[in-house]
Amino acid sequence: MSAREEILGRVRAALADVAPATEPVVGPLAVEPTDAERLDLFVERVADYRAVVERVAEADLAAHVASLFAPGDRVVVPPGLPEDLVAALAHPVADNALGAADLDAADAVVTTAAVGIAETGTIVLDHGPGQGRRALTLVPDRHVCVVRAEQVVADVPQAVTRLAAAVRSGQPLTWISGPSATSDIELDRVEGVHGPRALHVVLVD
Amino acid sequence: MSRTFVGMPPFPTAAREALADTQLRHNLAHATGVIRAKRAALVEEQGEVWEPLRLAGAAVKQRALDDLATHLLTLEEQLTSAGATVHWARDAAEASQVVLDVARAHDVDEVVKVKSMVTAEIGLNEHLEAHGVAAWETDLAELIVQLAGDLPSHILVPAIHRNRAEVREIFLREMASAGRPAPADLTDEPAVLAAAAREHLREKFLRAKVGVSGANFAIAETGSLVVVESEGNGRMCLTLPEVLVSVVGIEKVVPTWAELDPLMRLLPRSSTGERMNPYTSVWSGVREGDGPQEVHVVLLDNGRTRALADQVGRQALRCIRCSACLNVCPVYERTGGHAYGSVYPGPIGAILNPLLHGQGDPQTDSLPYASSLCGACFEACPVRIDIPEVLVHLRTQVVDAHRSDRVPKAEAAAMRATAWAFSDASRLGLVERAAGLSGRVLGRLTRSTLPGGRAALGRLPGPGAAWTTARDLPAPPPESFRAWWARTDGGREDGS
Repeated sequence: MSAREEILGRVRAALADVAPATEPVVGPLAVEPTDAERLDLFVERVADYRAVVERVAEADLAAHVASLFAPGDRVVVPPGLPEDLVAALAHPVADNALGAADLDAADAVVTTAAVGIAETGTIVLDHGPGQGRRALTLVPDRHVCVVRAEQVVADVPQAVTRLAAAVRSGQPLTWISGPSATSDIELDRVEGVHGPRALHVVLVD
Repeated sequence: MSRTFVGMPPFPTAAREALADTQLRHNLAHATGVIRAKRAALVEEQGEVWEPLRLAGAAVKQRALDDLATHLLTLEEQLTSAGATVHWARDAAEASQVVLDVARAHDVDEVVKVKSMVTAEIGLNEHLEAHGVAAWETDLAELIVQLAGDLPSHILVPAIHRNRAEVREIFLREMASAGRPAPADLTDEPAVLAAAAREHLREKFLRAKVGVSGANFAIAETGSLVVVESEGNGRMCLTLPEVLVSVVGIEKVVPTWAELDPLMRLLPRSSTGERMNPYTSVWSGVREGDGPQEVHVVLLDNGRTRALADQVGRQALRCIRCSACLNVCPVYERTGGHAYGSVYPGPIGAILNPLLHGQGDPQTDSLPYASSLCGACFEACPVRIDIPEVLVHLRTQVVDAHRSDRVPKAEAAAMRATAWAFSDASRLGLVERAAGLSGRVLGRLTRSTLPGGRAALGRLPGPGAAWTTARDLPAPPPESFRAWWARTDGGREDGS
């Protein structure tokens, strides 16, 4: 018998006494915040992780993002990043199948996001246009992420709902809550391990 | 370089050794204290939502287990249609061989690893090393354990038994032989130590051809695996190599994408005491132009179906490996993880190991007794595993397995004598009179007094020593309650 048949047979035999529940489980929902509360909470919770977070108006976005870099910084830009953002950068590096070493040599990366989660201060990338493949936001040491007010949801259940279509279409997701960190030495949280050591979130509203 | 738990002594023996290590006890008390406070603050913040959230988390995992065959078939179908190759492994040896075969097919002599409990459970590193493939652990705590040739002692933070000064020494001594050496001016600041690990591992990430991971969750509906982590080493291993092999226990299945919600709210709060962990990766098979273009998933049994067949114990398979039960356990806090003799220590290990392996081995059989049954673990568990209930159930199994022993254990003999005495009023009276007599004699000889003023006996000789080395035994009262009642007519006659 194949391992597959044997394991499935053991599972069925073990559960002979069980009648399974067929309805999916729905987690408890909290009170819906107002728009202003939601965005304020998002900013507060992102900052809690010692990420830098700023609110800018749409009209100032490109100039503001450009101002975050030193003149010589090589900044990776994924396909689909809004053109005015790319145009404002002094040294944009397009992702023409950049190797890991190329990404390691870059100073930063600028992307958009798919969803922001206010309650947990999380940004989620679904790696669609403007967000690039997963390695782009991983290897460079600094990640500047542009999040739009309408992308920020209140909590995790709303985020899961909003991301369902991307997951069903096979897109990978990366949930990011602050810069890379570890609690592995004496359970004391310190920022800055393998992922970007600096996370800069720009909220457009 | 790597060690295993094979040949570890039973819990009471191992625990005694651990208790004598004052540095270990200091490290553990500090670390578990920190994490308990963080978790408590976040549970408080959730307020009235927390308990319904635990119920939802438990219900999701239970629903997945209750119809496991169906969900596994859906998962396999979705993974396959997303371009992944699905393997099934009955046991540790089969799973390790799949990973080795993939490494060999790509002619590599090293793999990079995401922290994963299941690959520790199956002894994957040892199997790969024995066949000439180096398995580099990339999680900071796993790196510390691997460099030191040590054993993991906690589910989330395997190096929890080491403090910063010890970590610094290990890095200075061992990093050079595994790759880039630690800088000579290394201090014991956690941020500096983390930076040294970043430098040491970066060259390994950038050149790795094959990555190996586990998964926190496997979504059947969409064929997606989920890895929850902090450092970004997971993302490195999941994204940069050309080939990825993920070993996934069959109990990791979550039926639908939407049901990930309660679990993603429960896990970070219960494990690291954060609203959300820094990084969570979700991927479904192969994504063209992004990440590994060859993806393998190994679905592993290795005793899980044995646990599933135990009607009381099967709830343990809901475990999401958060380690909250370890952090609140008064036994774990004092003995540390090594005493449990398994990669799964603490309260969950005390039930999971016997459920996965079955009874009969003295080390495994000792684990259900490694508890005071205080219930703190059940209260902390985000998926409401009633660990005390399962502990008692497993103790019953251990006792039942010894019922036909020719020479009964001292405890069984004592219980039989007690049953004889309690089954008949006149026998009980006889025993009480004898105890009263001995109590009057022994009471005069003892020097220690219990709270409340009652005399306590010292260490008993013979088989009784096993009980009295760690506990006070009150001296028997000079007169039993029943004798007092008969003499004074229930206190109506003066007799004081």
